Parts: sequence; C-alpha cells; structure tokens
Amino acid sequence: MEPVPPGVVRAIGGRFVDWLPALAVFALGLALWQGLTTAFNVQTFLLPKPTDIATAFWNDRGTLWDYGLYTLKEAAGGFAMGCSAGILVALLLARFRGLGLALLPFAIAANAIPIIAFAPITNNWFGLLNPVSKMVIAAVLCFFPTMINTLRGLTSVHPSSIELMRSYGGGELAVFRRVRIPNALPFMFTGLKVSAVLSMIGAIVGEYFGGPTNALGVSILNDSQLFDFPRAWAGIMLASAFGIAFYAAVSVAERLTTSWHPSARTFRSE
Amino acid sequence: MSVPGRVVSISGLTKSFKTGVTALQEIDLDIRPGEFVSLIGPSGCGKSTLLRIVGDLVQPTSGTVLVNGKTAHRARLDHDYGIVFQDSVLYDWRTVSRNVSLPLEMLGWSRARRKERVREMLELVELTGFESNRPWQLSGGMQQRVSIARALSFDPALLLMDEPFGALDEMTRERLNMELLRIWEKAASTIVFVTHSIPEAVFLSTRVVVMSARPGRIADVVAVDLPQPRGAETREQPRFFELVTAVREALAAGGRGQPAPTLPAGTEERY
Repeated sequence: MEPVPPGVVRAIGGRFVDWLPALAVFALGLALWQGLTTAFNVQTFLLPKPTDIATAFWNDRGTLWDYGLYTLKEAAGGFAMGCSAGILVALLLARFRGLGLALLPFAIAANAIPIIAFAPITNNWFGLLNPVSKMVIAAVLCFFPTMINTLRGLTSVHPSSIELMRSYGGGELAVFRRVRIPNALPFMFTGLKVSAVLSMIGAIVGEYFGGPTNALGVSILNDSQLFDFPRAWAGIMLASAFGIAFYAAVSVAERLTTSWHPSARTFRSE
Repeated sequence: MSVPGRVVSISGLTKSFKTGVTALQEIDLDIRPGEFVSLIGPSGCGKSTLLRIVGDLVQPTSGTVLVNGKTAHRARLDHDYGIVFQDSVLYDWRTVSRNVSLPLEMLGWSRARRKERVREMLELVELTGFESNRPWQLSGGMQQRVSIARALSFDPALLLMDEPFGALDEMTRERLNMELLRIWEKAASTIVFVTHSIPEAVFLSTRVVVMSARPGRIADVVAVDLPQPRGAETREQPRFFELVTAVREALAAGGRGQPAPTLPAGTEERY
C-alpha cells in the first residue's frame, strides 16, 4: 500500500510554523506603513494608509472582486495558451535536436523583445473589449519561461538512464515517456510558477492600454486618474493577491505531481 | 552461425574511436552458460567499452559479437540483457517496487504477474518492506541491490555489470559480493562483470579475463578453481591468495612493454 504522498500534506496543510516568520514580517511591514504615514502625515495621493486601502476595498468589495475574477480569467486563459505552446515546443525541440539548433537562437532573441509594448497592437488585432487580446499578451509572456525550463528538464538526463532504456530494447518513444518527461516535470513546474505570476501581470498591462470597465487593470487606471488612490491601491493589492493565489495553485499541483522529488523529502528518512 | 554452448561469442573484435585511439584490439572471448566472467584491467583498457559492445550500446569497428547465437542488436531487442551500472540509475519518480517492475512493464507483463515477480525479486535482494520507498531514501548499497533486482527481474540470458560496487565502501562491497554469488547460484544466470578490484574478481568469478591497456587486449585468462559455494572463508584460503597473485602478475605483465601515452583521464573509458 502506498502511504499518503508527503506532497499532499505539504501542499494543502503545510506547516503553520513554517509560515510564522513571513507572517510576522508582513504584520510588521503593515504596522510600519500605517505608523509612518500617520506620523509624517503623508498625503493620500503619495501613499494611502493601509487602513484607508482596506476601507476602500471593503466598501467596494463585490465589484472589485468581480473585476479581479475577470482579469484572472484572462490571465488563466493566457497561461493555458502560452504554457501549452511552451511545453509542446520544448518536446519538439528535445526530440529533433536539429530543429532546436535552428530555432532556439530566435526564441531567445524573441524573448528580449519588450512584449508588453505589443499590448496596443494585440488590442488592435483582437479588439479592445475581447479578452483574447489580453490573453495573447499573457500567453507570450508565459511561453518562454515554460519552454526553456521544460526543454532543460527534457535534455538534462543522465546518459546511463538512456542506456538502461536502450538495454531493454526501448526506442525514442520509451525514452521520452519513461525518462525524459518524468525527469522534466520539476523543471516544467519552475517555468509554470514563473508563468503564473507573469500571466497576471500580462493581463493587467494589457488592460492598461484599454479594455472593458469591469477589468481590474482598467479600474486601477481609472481610479488613479480620478485621484481615488485608496481604491487604486486596493485594486493593486487584489491583483497581487490573485497573482499569489495563482502561483499557490500551481505549487499545489506541483506538490501533487512531483511528490517523488527529493525536495519533498519529509518522511521515513533513515 | 550459432556456437553451441556459448552465451557470448566474440571474435576478432576491434574498436577504434574517431580520435584515433584504439580502445580494443582483436578480442576473442567465449562465455559459456552459467559462467561468471570478470573483466579486469587498468583504467582505459576498454573493459567498459567491451561490456557495452556486448550489450549493443556501443558499436564495434570490426569483428563479431554473438549472444545466444544472435547478433548483439537482436539480443538487445529480445531483452536478453540485464544491466547494472556503477551508478544505480534508479528513477526518483518511481518507488522501489516500480523501479524493479520497469523492464516488466516494457515487456508487457500483466499487473498481477509484475507484482508477484517484484515481490520475489525484493525478497531475493533482501529489501522486502521497502517497496514504497523512494530510491533516494535508501543507502548506496540498498540502491545497488534494487538495481540488481531490476536487472534480474525478467530472467535475462546475460547479466552485464559495469563496476556495480565501485562506488561503495569496502564493507558494503564485500557483503554485496556474497549476496551476488548467492543470487547468481539461485538465478543460474551468466554474468559478465567489470571491476578494478583484483580480490573482488577472484572471489566472484569462474574466470578472470585480464586486459592490458592501449590498445585494449586480452593479456591472460585466469581460471578460478575455488570451490563453490564460496563464503567468507574463501578469502582466507591459500588458493585464493595464489589466484590473486596470478591475476596481479598477469596485470603487471600486460602493462609492461607498452608505456601508456598520456590521455585525459577517463575520456576513452566509456565512449
């Protein structure tokens, strides 16, 4: 009988004690922020007090939450598109080395292009109010980190692992299925975690160049233009909270699928 | 084609690398069923390369290798080889029992049959109770035992072992030597075993093939007539020391007269 994989416990419960230092820093930071803005009477348009931001959020929680979900959907759509393309291309490049030699330099060069500058263009291509225009920005941001990490995982395989598969008469397909792909999973998840955060950023930035009024990025932009800075800050906070939640969700998936990884070593160590 | 009574039949085998280094020259060697043959020699004598050529993982430049009367390539596709490397090559994403059942999955065995065989094999290498552990939770010696269980799980005609205990400490090594002999007797398999250690080669083998370096050649073949089954007391018999001396002298004689040119260490050994 298999014991409960340690990843499940770690992923869902975690150890509360592990989070204590981070929580303490968070609380201290908030207290300092509140204390200093009050003590030095910092103007709201420069930096609102945390309590003002919290109040702004609370007063408008339903609306902001819906805006956030809308933007999260754009981010998730872009994430799905960009990451699946990244994984697919990584598989192709790992299988056909010649193709990799021909294409990889371009992929790296393309990564240097400030993708965000394309936001107005994708808005133009797909329509300002069409969520696809934001998804494409998010997808382009997600593609490269996922592709390059997955490719690394697929190719950094010990030669004797491959000799072993060959000694059993296994061909290229068996090597991929039983060695390269499982070996690539932890690397792929590194890329996916980076992408989860990037996708939220991509969606928000896309919305800055125009989008429906029920999108979080548009809302933040409007609020700051109307000098409603506490509400703008509340939007920013919510956007990062959604980004963190997305990252956490990918981490849970990682823990569940790669509980075998030595980094999950928690139980029955001798 | 087939040579009756031969598991391995090597004739006129030569391997040169593109760098111009001749790793193996004119190797002739026959191995009978049930033999335990050790290949011993200085670093760079091509013993690992020879093992890989027998296993169809490296192609010879000329000469033939027949395994059970078939080409090495055919034998590989027919699952005639169980291989154990110096590094245990266990997959972290598989539990101990699923590592052992890997070749069985590739052979298309049913789940029930796999389960039964894995149980037997883990019993054989005395790892019952570690089925659901991950490889990295085991000691080096235990990992190597899993690797041996995996190599034997599908009853291959030939077990190829490339310095399987080279990375282990002396005590673990001696214990695993005993265990390997027990497994060899029980499984009635044929083993080709690459090693650096003279006592290990003598203790385990029915024949020790002594190789010389650059080019790699068979310098001598020492038949080991120590009685079976062997145990701790075998290492204390006068005959054991005579044979160790014989192998040592054969190694020294093989090394003489051919001063080794300086080559980057280890580069020619494997590929």
